[in-house]
Amino acid sequence: MNYKIMVRIQAWILLIEAAFMLPALLIALGESDGPAIRGFVAAIAAGLIAAGLMAFFTRHAQRRFYAREGLVCTGFAWIVLSLVGAIPFTVSGRMPNYIDAFFEIVSGFTTTGASVLSDVEMLGHGLLYWRSFSHWVGGMGVLVFFLAVIPTNGKNDGYMLHILRAESPGPSVSKMVPKMRSTAIILYKMYCALTVLDILLLIVIGRMPVFDAFCIAFGTAGTGGFAVLNSGCATYTGAAQTITTIFMLLFGVNFSMYYYLLMKQLKNVFGDEELRLYLGIVLLAIVAITVNVLGRTIDTENLAGSIHHAAFQVASIVTTTGYSTVDFDLWPSLSKAILLCLMFVGASAGSTGGGIKVSRVLLLFKSVQRNLHQTFHPNEVRIIRMSGSRVPEQTLANVNSYLAAYVLIVVVSFLLVSADRANFSLTTNFSAIMATFNNIGPGFDAVGATQNYGAYSNFSKIIMSVDMLAGRLEILPILALFVPATYRRG
Amino acid sequence: MKIIIAGDGKVGNLLTKQLSAEGHDLTLIDTRPEALESTIQRYDVMSVTGNCASMAILRSAGVMDADLLITATGADELNLLCCMTAHGMNPKIHTIARIRTPAYVDSVFEMRKMFALSMVINPERSAAQEIVRLLRYPGFLMRDTFANGIVEIVELRVDDNSILKDQKLMDLSEVTHCKILVAAVVREGKPIIPAGDFILRAGDRIFVTASGSTLSALLKNIGIQTTRIRNVVVAGGGRCAYYLATSLIREGIHVKIIEIDEKRCDHIAEIIPGATIVHGDVSKKEVLEQEHVSEADAFITMTGLDELNVILSLYAGTLGVPKVITKLGRGENPELLDKLAVGSMVSPKDLCANSIVTYVRAMDNQVGAARSVHKIADGQVEAVEFVAEAGTKNLGRPLRDISLKKNILIASIARGREHILPNGDTTIEAGDKVVLVSPADNVILNLNDIFA
Repeated sequence: MNYKIMVRIQAWILLIEAAFMLPALLIALGESDGPAIRGFVAAIAAGLIAAGLMAFFTRHAQRRFYAREGLVCTGFAWIVLSLVGAIPFTVSGRMPNYIDAFFEIVSGFTTTGASVLSDVEMLGHGLLYWRSFSHWVGGMGVLVFFLAVIPTNGKNDGYMLHILRAESPGPSVSKMVPKMRSTAIILYKMYCALTVLDILLLIVIGRMPVFDAFCIAFGTAGTGGFAVLNSGCATYTGAAQTITTIFMLLFGVNFSMYYYLLMKQLKNVFGDEELRLYLGIVLLAIVAITVNVLGRTIDTENLAGSIHHAAFQVASIVTTTGYSTVDFDLWPSLSKAILLCLMFVGASAGSTGGGIKVSRVLLLFKSVQRNLHQTFHPNEVRIIRMSGSRVPEQTLANVNSYLAAYVLIVVVSFLLVSADRANFSLTTNFSAIMATFNNIGPGFDAVGATQNYGAYSNFSKIIMSVDMLAGRLEILPILALFVPATYRRG
Repeated sequence: MKIIIAGDGKVGNLLTKQLSAEGHDLTLIDTRPEALESTIQRYDVMSVTGNCASMAILRSAGVMDADLLITATGADELNLLCCMTAHGMNPKIHTIARIRTPAYVDSVFEMRKMFALSMVINPERSAAQEIVRLLRYPGFLMRDTFANGIVEIVELRVDDNSILKDQKLMDLSEVTHCKILVAAVVREGKPIIPAGDFILRAGDRIFVTASGSTLSALLKNIGIQTTRIRNVVVAGGGRCAYYLATSLIREGIHVKIIEIDEKRCDHIAEIIPGATIVHGDVSKKEVLEQEHVSEADAFITMTGLDELNVILSLYAGTLGVPKVITKLGRGENPELLDKLAVGSMVSPKDLCANSIVTYVRAMDNQVGAARSVHKIADGQVEAVEFVAEAGTKNLGRPLRDISLKKNILIASIARGREHILPNGDTTIEAGDKVVLVSPADNVILNLNDIFA
């Protein structure tokens, strides 16, 4: 493996992270929040020094870069990013346990939104901003950002595809324009535009405080879910909640759709099976939950309230954001079961959301249907199509093995976390794994919407941090780090 | 520039490599998803699977705002149809079609007008022309011509008993009694653009610029004996052999083609009057002996298999055939063959990529673009020809007062019919044709880019 070029890319990533910390540092300075300032300065200094050393020792790196380097490089980049990103929390003394801080920032970058804190407001604005901003950075991907900003002279484009493939969610990665860099720039432009629109609407129509609007919009855009108030999103105006519902759903759509809209290729948008299924699932879930919760709790006494909260919660879970307006742990079992199922499905491929992804679920159903059909008609040749075009058998095989790896990781982490001495209930442990691995945030029972992950042991927190990273990077880049064959020569 | 390449075969692949390295936005069309997949893995390009002449496929490849379409699928008819369709959809698009069927070649000039083609490429014919030029001076491994034949860059190998061995480059003109300049050296597979105090060693391959009229004198003075080529044996009777044989016969050279397929023999016997066609398997020693290959002045291997070509050329070398030329269809790694005595190597796809790259650079820079681009030293060095214009910097200043960027060498200047080998007193004047040499990864797009 070409370690030098990989280290060099890590140096770039650290440099970008240091730059990303500056706004949070400014906010801390504005508040004269001494401990937070110390935390950020320490983290930025550590990042810059590490980046400097890495860049110095890899001056003569060769450009050779293949799929293996792409995978490992992406996996390491996210770990390095989290190791440095956790420093401000610990150095400021607000989260003295470094493992807690690591869990918190991994949860941020992977857009999970699971917190170990019961009182988030004590973090101060600087750290709260950094926590929410990490969602925004992690949503579209820091390496995609790297691809968009690094200077290229046209010669070193070779490695870009391997990185984009490793970091982008979904069963197959397609470029919108021939060049990787232009694709990355287009993605980030659309991402920024939607985020800014969300912020403006929240401030102007939702009457949200400016700081909250920024943080909530970052969490919505990355489908993360860190709130800035202990009460989550419950105390914001109805308008703000509705805007957030809509934007959560928008960020759960494949970003290519927005590109097609901009290019006025409406046929590609309306003909997209994944988009149709995604909207269908959302609608169906909202209707079912509305009917189920109507009149059961104080918030859902009337129809309008039921629809409002059902829609918010469905959008929040299906896009794997994890905001909450009500404590849905108090909802009837059917509603909770529906939400749990939505956790599996997740958002669309090519969006900022997590989960298995709607398109994978669709392909799984189609291949099950084909297998069933072929037991009756063994000689029939059937081709699986999606949005009108043929799905290569290789893609189907990848989806199947993805599901196998997914189940394996869920089972192993569930067993490991169940061994925790805190001795939580089955529901708690299972939903905790589902909520972290699918990058949602809140689970049920002791890790429900109003609870947190603080009571788990350090070991369980590390397991869940790895799960969050594996979930965000779609398993392979993280799995590759643990396989000896990755480091073998040749 | 936005460029669409239809056909992801040998030529399509090479073009993808070179044009994507030059920073263009490429979209490839092919009917084979597996070919596209492997290309996408290697280069930063987009792909569309399907028939390239279909309007829907062309549209999804972005033909409406593309600048150039290059068609290099296996079928000439498809290439033509694709270019015509694209031109109909987007009249501003430039189109380059690969057409190599002999039956169409005579009408290419009319076709270009009728179908609004910007350029027609025929790799096999270019390879044949290259071979003809090599056969005129069989002492050189390779020969590239610039400025309408005034400037030549030729390749030579420095052997153990060569008079060039252990000589300083600045002394070469005295040793050879010819006005020459060494523009590039390949030593152990690595290209070097040398300075005057560089000392040649045995095993070096050198690329020498000289005027077209000094080539024979040069060969004579460095002791390379050359016989005039009078009879040529060609192994393999494909398209390239057809183009080669017809032009050699026109020059009065006797051509014998050995071809394995009986039907093909019959066909070429009909379309190449004057050639001797032999039906036989060239990989069999008896066939080669029976056809007296050892007595040929030149042996040219152009079967469809590169491996067979290389082995046949090695064998012909041991028989003492004075001039051996090997055609390489794939030719991915010419440096692997560096140590083997396979004679001159000719690669049709490289030649056609050169002319397309020249065209693309000219499209990209309306003013001051290169007139021709040749890859030398196994593709690791570029020799480029520019025309100095009124807007060119440093006109009329002696070269010793001008500082050039690193690793760039002014190899020759053609002024009118005169060939000038540059020294410190030489000046560049408007209208001069300037031939430059630079490493292939440091592309010179404009003459003004060479000045530091």
